Formats: sequence, C-alpha cells, structure tokens
Amino acid sequence: MNRRARSFTLLALLTFALGLQAQNVKLLNVSYDPTRELYQDVNAAFAKQWKAKTGQTVTINQSHGGSGKQARAVIDGLQADVVTLALAGDIDALAEKGGLLPADWQKKLPQNSTPYTSTILFLVRKGNPKGIRDWNDLVRPGIQVIQPNPKTSGGARWNYLAEYGQALRAPGGSDAKAKAYVAAVYRNVPVLDSGARGSTTTFIERGIGDVLVTWENEAFLALEGPAKNKFDIVVPPVSILAEPPVALVEKVAARRGTTAVAKDYLDYLYSDEGQRIVARHHFRPRNEKAASHAFPNLKRFTIDEAFGGWKKAHDVHFKDGGLFDQISIIR
Amino acid sequence: MAESSRLSAARQESRPVRWLLILAALGYLALFLLAPLAAVFAEAFKQGAAAYFKAFEDAEAWHAIRLSLLAMGIAVALNTAFGLTAAWLLGKFDFRGRNLLTSLIDLPFAVSPVISGLIFVLLFGAQGWFGPWLADRDIRLIFATPGIVLATTFVTFPFVARELTPVMLAKGCDQEEAARMLGASGWQTFWRVTLPSVKWGLLYGVILCSARAMGEFGAVSVVSGHIRGETNTLPLHIETLYNEYQFVAAFACASALSLLALVTLALKAFAERRRDLDLNPDLKQETAP
Repeated sequence: MNRRARSFTLLALLTFALGLQAQNVKLLNVSYDPTRELYQDVNAAFAKQWKAKTGQTVTINQSHGGSGKQARAVIDGLQADVVTLALAGDIDALAEKGGLLPADWQKKLPQNSTPYTSTILFLVRKGNPKGIRDWNDLVRPGIQVIQPNPKTSGGARWNYLAEYGQALRAPGGSDAKAKAYVAAVYRNVPVLDSGARGSTTTFIERGIGDVLVTWENEAFLALEGPAKNKFDIVVPPVSILAEPPVALVEKVAARRGTTAVAKDYLDYLYSDEGQRIVARHHFRPRNEKAASHAFPNLKRFTIDEAFGGWKKAHDVHFKDGGLFDQISIIR
Repeated sequence: MAESSRLSAARQESRPVRWLLILAALGYLALFLLAPLAAVFAEAFKQGAAAYFKAFEDAEAWHAIRLSLLAMGIAVALNTAFGLTAAWLLGKFDFRGRNLLTSLIDLPFAVSPVISGLIFVLLFGAQGWFGPWLADRDIRLIFATPGIVLATTFVTFPFVARELTPVMLAKGCDQEEAARMLGASGWQTFWRVTLPSVKWGLLYGVILCSARAMGEFGAVSVVSGHIRGETNTLPLHIETLYNEYQFVAAFACASALSLLALVTLALKAFAERRRDLDLNPDLKQETAP
C-alpha cells in the first residue's frame, strides 16, 4: 500500500515535471554576424507574443558567427531549430551536405524566404579624406579596403558579388574586366577577417583601412555605436540586392518537437511588428510601410540579373578552385 | 671556488652596459606583459566602477563563469588522476614504450588548439565517425557541455603529468622500497610515502592545469557552437561582448579572468618554491642568512 502510494506520488511528480517542461520551450536560432542586435529585439518581442497566444514561455538562444562557419556547425550537429543566414548558398549546404531540410526550402516562405533585404555600402573615416565615392575608388593605389573573407563570411560573398556585378554591368563591362577589377580590390585588402563583424572591429576599433565595404545595416549600426562621430556612410550609385534568407531546420525541429513554435517564429518576421523591428535595425523590410526612416537611394541589381542565380554564382566564384581562389593566387 | 670567480668575472661589464641590459629587460617586460594587463583594467574601468560591476549582473556572464569553472573542475580532476598515474609509471618504473608514452603525453602541447577542437568534431560531430550512432541515441557531445569539457581536458592533458614526472624521477624509489620492506601494502606506500613526497609538484601541476583550462579559447571555440547562456565559456563570452561593441563589459570579464590568472601566478610561485625546497633541502640553508 505504502509502496503504491509512493510510486503514485513519483508518477505525479514526473508528470508535473514533464508538464512544466511543456510550458517552457527553447529554440536555437543560428545566425550570421550582423544580426545580433536585431534578433535580441525580435526574440523578446516574439516571446511576449507567443506567451500571450499560447501561455507558453519560449526562450530563444542565439548563436552568431560568419555565415559559412555557422552553416558548417549546423551540419556538424549544432542543434539549430531555425537558421537565419547571410545567403541562400549556406542554407543549400544544410540541405545537400546535412539532409537537414528539403532542397526546395526557399519556396516554403514568402519572397524567397527572405523577410528583409539589404545591400552593400561603404563606411569611410569622417569627412571622407580619401574621397571615396564609387566602386572604382576602391582599386586606386594606396587605398586600404577592409572586408571579410568570402570563404567563411556570407557578407563577404555579397561584397564580392557587388564588386564583380557592378564591374560586369558597367558600360563596356565584361567578365575579364570584372575579374581584373575584383583582383585589384582584393590586392588592396590588408586583412581578411572571417566575419563581417570582425572586419567592422578591424576598421573601427583597430583603426585599420580607409574604407569598410559592408552591409548597410552594419554601417548604420557603427554610426550608432560609441564611435559614431568618426565615420561617414558613402552610398555608391549602384550595388547589389542582398537577400539573407531564413529557414526552418526541419529535421532538428521535428526531433526536438519545436516545429510549431519555430514556424511561428519565422512567420513573425513577416508580421507588421516583426517588419518594424527589422526596419529599426536598418534591414530593409519587405513591407516598405513598416520603415520608420528612409533608406539611402541607390540602384540594386539582383543576383539573378547579374549572375543567373546563387547556384551559378557559387559554382563559378566560390567553389574550390573557383574565380575567388584564382584571384587569391594572383594576389 | 672556480665557479664563483667565473661568475664575478662575468659581472665585470662596465656600469652603463649593465644598466642598458637591465633597462632592455625591464622595457621588454613592461611592453609585453605590464602594458597589456594595464590596458585591460583601464578599459574595464573606463566608464567608472558602476559600469564595471554592472557587467557582472548579466545572467549570461554568470552562466559563462559557471560553465568555465565546471569545465575546469572536471578537466583538472581527470588530468590529476591521469597525471599522477602516468608520472608514477614514468618516474618509478622502466618499461618498454616508456619514451612513446612520454611523447604521447606531450601531444596536446604540440597540436594547435584549433586542431584539437576539430578532432572532436570529426569524431563526434553529426558527420563524424560516431556522430550517427550518438544521434540515434540522442546523445549530444559536440556543441554542448560535454564537448567543451572534452576539449578542455584534451588541451590541458599534459600539465600534471609533465610537472610530476621529473619530481617522481628525482625522488627515486628508496623510500618506497623501505616502506615495502617494513610491511606497507601497495596502497599504503602510495598514499603515505609517494604522494606526500610529491605534493608540491602535484599542486604546481594542478595550478598550471587550472589556469590553462580556465583560459582555453581555440579548442573550445570550435566545439562550442557559441550559444549564449548555454555553451559560451568565459573567454568565448568576452569575445562575444567585444564583437557587440560592449567594450566595458568585455574588458570587465577579461579583468576577472586576468585577476584569476594573477592569483594563480601567486599560488604557482608559492608551490614552485616549496617544490624546489622539497627536491633540494640544501637550498633552505643556503638562502637562510
């Protein structure tokens, strides 16, 4: 009798503990470098909304680093429920090398699974002492350009593609000219950091270089930081339309039983509130009305227009032995 | 006699030369040790003491400190047990493969920490040798606490064994033989004779091991996954803060780590002295006036 009572209590306690666990759910969002501040805000707002809707407390953990490096970690077993990376190619790798989500993941959410876009701009020292206005200024002799390594950083790939693409699309442009142009740019790069944030630190904190080629949001963030009066943003007349996509890592989420909340989390990014947070952090919201401030005006070409899509861009430029490797050797 | 006359002959350099050499040595010390240390504290207190202590109110910082201490505790315990055994074997016995064992113990010193981390990813990562087997059983090693403990243990593996082996060798086997002759059992000999005779050397090894475990960055960075509040150790947390432009908080945590290092250094100096006295009791008479 006594023993039965005891085992009953134990069972009740266990059920209670399990129930408690169901009340608390944890998500891991594996992201790239410049989204730290954005997702801190998004996570807090989403947790509040999810609590109101379901009564459940959701804790969203973040992990940040160079986009390619982060994708590698997820393939190696980092338990990401969702990934919010810098470029589609890195999420493709999760599908190809890890089998963690279907190959057509980019069709699962609106607008190529990119709830916000961005572009690549220049950050220069106050007053623009070297007079950097356009892409051609990056290859002038004696100009030090700071940008990360395309092998590890998604932002750096957008940099590279912006540089190559604008040279290709300029009047009289050709692949040969574009290749020569990017080779010249990289010759002016004294340090290749592994992520966009590393390059920002090199430029701002260590004071190296004349121009930082970086994400629009990263440049604006630097102007809000402690060193805001020391830098200016330079908007070139034309740049690339960068689409950093998001995706549910289906296999991991299914195993951890977080599919519903993870899906809702990604949907939240498209909601009015989510879009407002996105705009506040200088990512360009898909819903333009959500922006509380104007974004710089420039022409943005897409990766499809200039390169015929990610797959092609990756194979030609970033694969081992690709164009980037070739210009690195020349360098 | 001849020794001391040679020494004084070596001191025959002219005064300016001597001062120049002393100045060069001190300058080097100041440039490479004191200046960076001072910079850490200066940055940490840049916005006053209030901002400094605010850095430690952060739950993620405390989690990082706890995780670092946990990894250090386990790594030190494991390596002490192993180090004692290995040093005992190497110091008291001669056997086939002795040199091989010595070289193997040194391996983690020779391997870059990043490689050490990657080894574990290759073994236990989702695509690694044991990855699928572990995944089927829902066991997470990499990108979780066990992976961090593993990496820390691997990197700090040689410290205790390396410090103890020479002490064991120097002590020889006479006392143990005497104990055995007087009827002590194997365990009794170990606990009552061997261990007390090497205790300062052991402490020295443990301190070095702790210091390295606490500060390890490279290997842990590879296997951590950088999840804040989950798998960020103190050194990784400092990097995260720095990358978020939270310089005061970053340097506050760095200063805590530096303080810990200074305490370790003091303990180390003490243990080192006791060990040397232990090994060479004549020193005591020489240094005593």
